[in-house]
Amino acid sequence: MSASESHDTAYDSLTEDHGADGQWAFGTGIEDVAAEITSPVPDGVDPADLAQYCLMLGDDALICSHRLSEWTTNAPELEEEVALANIALDLLGQARLLLARAGHVEQAGRDEDALAYLRPELEFRNVAMAEIGDELDFARAVARLLLFSTWRLALLQRLLTSRDPVIAAVAGKGVKEVAYHRDYAARWALRLGDGTAESHRRMQAALDGVWPYVEELFRTSEVEVALTAAGVAVDPAQIRAEVDSVLDEVFAAATLTRPQRPGIGTIAGRGGRQGLHTEKLGHVLAVMQGLARQHPGATW
Amino acid sequence: MDETALAAGFDATIAADQRIEPRDWMPDAYRRTLVRQIAQHAHSEIIGMQPEGNWILRAPSLRRKAILLAKVQDEAGHGMYLYAAAETLGVDREELTEKLIEGRQKYSSIFNYPALSYADIGVIGWLVDGAAICNQVPLCRCSYGPYARAMIRICKEESFHQRQGYELLLAMVRGTDAQREMVQEATNRFWWPSLMMFGPPDVASPNTEQSMAWNIKRHTNDELRQRFVDMTVPQAAALGITLPDPGLTWNAERGAHDYTEPDWDELAAVISGSGSCNAQRVAHRRRAHTDGAWVREAAAAYAEKRNRAAVAA
Repeated sequence: MSASESHDTAYDSLTEDHGADGQWAFGTGIEDVAAEITSPVPDGVDPADLAQYCLMLGDDALICSHRLSEWTTNAPELEEEVALANIALDLLGQARLLLARAGHVEQAGRDEDALAYLRPELEFRNVAMAEIGDELDFARAVARLLLFSTWRLALLQRLLTSRDPVIAAVAGKGVKEVAYHRDYAARWALRLGDGTAESHRRMQAALDGVWPYVEELFRTSEVEVALTAAGVAVDPAQIRAEVDSVLDEVFAAATLTRPQRPGIGTIAGRGGRQGLHTEKLGHVLAVMQGLARQHPGATW
Repeated sequence: MDETALAAGFDATIAADQRIEPRDWMPDAYRRTLVRQIAQHAHSEIIGMQPEGNWILRAPSLRRKAILLAKVQDEAGHGMYLYAAAETLGVDREELTEKLIEGRQKYSSIFNYPALSYADIGVIGWLVDGAAICNQVPLCRCSYGPYARAMIRICKEESFHQRQGYELLLAMVRGTDAQREMVQEATNRFWWPSLMMFGPPDVASPNTEQSMAWNIKRHTNDELRQRFVDMTVPQAAALGITLPDPGLTWNAERGAHDYTEPDWDELAAVISGSGSCNAQRVAHRRRAHTDGAWVREAAAAYAEKRNRAAVAA
């Protein structure tokens, strides 16, 4: 085979114009969705509610993506490095669109970065399931991802018909992505649950550990009540049976036992959707926001 | 065929600048050289994830976070392609990983330097990936087929990473004073180690001659280093920053830049273990690999159970 001289010029690419993301091995997960972030707020919808709802869905994705990113250079195998980063990128892509939409409809001049980097803890709207740490326990990562993605997929499937065009578009892109995340987690739940005695013990313990955070996933906030009535949101209480049946199927195949543990309750009626978080979120934000906050007004 | 005839066939293939493929006969020394080089390259991709991975959680914008995460993910992918290329020579990934974490195989010394600011992310893309590309582009024409093919894909992706790094630096030098200072400071730290990435000077590079004879290597260390310097000077000027070498001047007679040699004693010291991050990088990789053992065992046990069930059915 003769020499391929054209590769000698790869270094010159600095001066070439590459429009697309096609040069990435696995993609960045930031391809555009069909809907414009600046689409008008649907008739009869309170923009403040819509902004809050976009923050809920967006913060779930952003904070869970952060936790998954903690696995970079720490995964048990290179294939898992690639897969976990890929899932983190998908969720980051969803978060960026949803935060941008929230920033647009709240009309306060905040973009995705202002919302991600300059909000204090109390203004985050994610569920605790997104923020709890894996502590580099792969079983814990699998357990959380299984529960989170099974729940999020059921939500996104119903949001395909949301009257908000951006939410519907994020759901359109997200359903395919999160179906893969759920499949990935389920396959690992099977391998760990039905692998060795040690992996079974670890997988069951991890599942038991994250189970108390399941309760909150199905708790309906006031914003969700209003926006479900307006055809924008989905009432999470209504997807519980479906999520349960998917999980039961996985648990049975993986020889895992559905945990019998009480769910974590609210404090004076407040949970993640109302900005009340676990002690973990402050640490996540300290790491995530630190550099951006050191350089106010800088663009990167 | 006897060994003499096989060796003659190999020599003829090399002389004709054709590719050697996994099933072809090859001299043991050729195989050993390739295994060493490909393994070192694969390890470099994997260890190289650490300094950049150090900044993913702290990336200062969501766009930069996505770019960095995708880049580090690509590096894991490059490691996978390269370990797969090494497997065609009869060594598996697990065996090579063991050698890495026991310190019996090397990786690029550049990753024993720390990544201390977000400008480092840009400078690693611009200078470190830039130097790597200079080294790697000729490997796309390397005589060993699987390595050459892996390098074609890797170089394409690396050049994209390099462009992303440079674009970050452009954004930073157009930003605040603090951002410009970060870029200059990071450049000052990475300039000399980047020059060292091409290896020792030709007079002190014992393996170059044989590797060039085998068409594994196409240019000498000093040739590649010169090419890198000549390409980088105008890019630094476009950024409005200074390369930290007062001896860097255009030599019209040579049609190339004169530059000061890096401190080869420092390179030797870093290679022999006294870089600021040597112990940290290997310990991190060892911990991840060791901590993941139970997961890999579970996957193997599960696959074994499925296979038995399939046979029984």
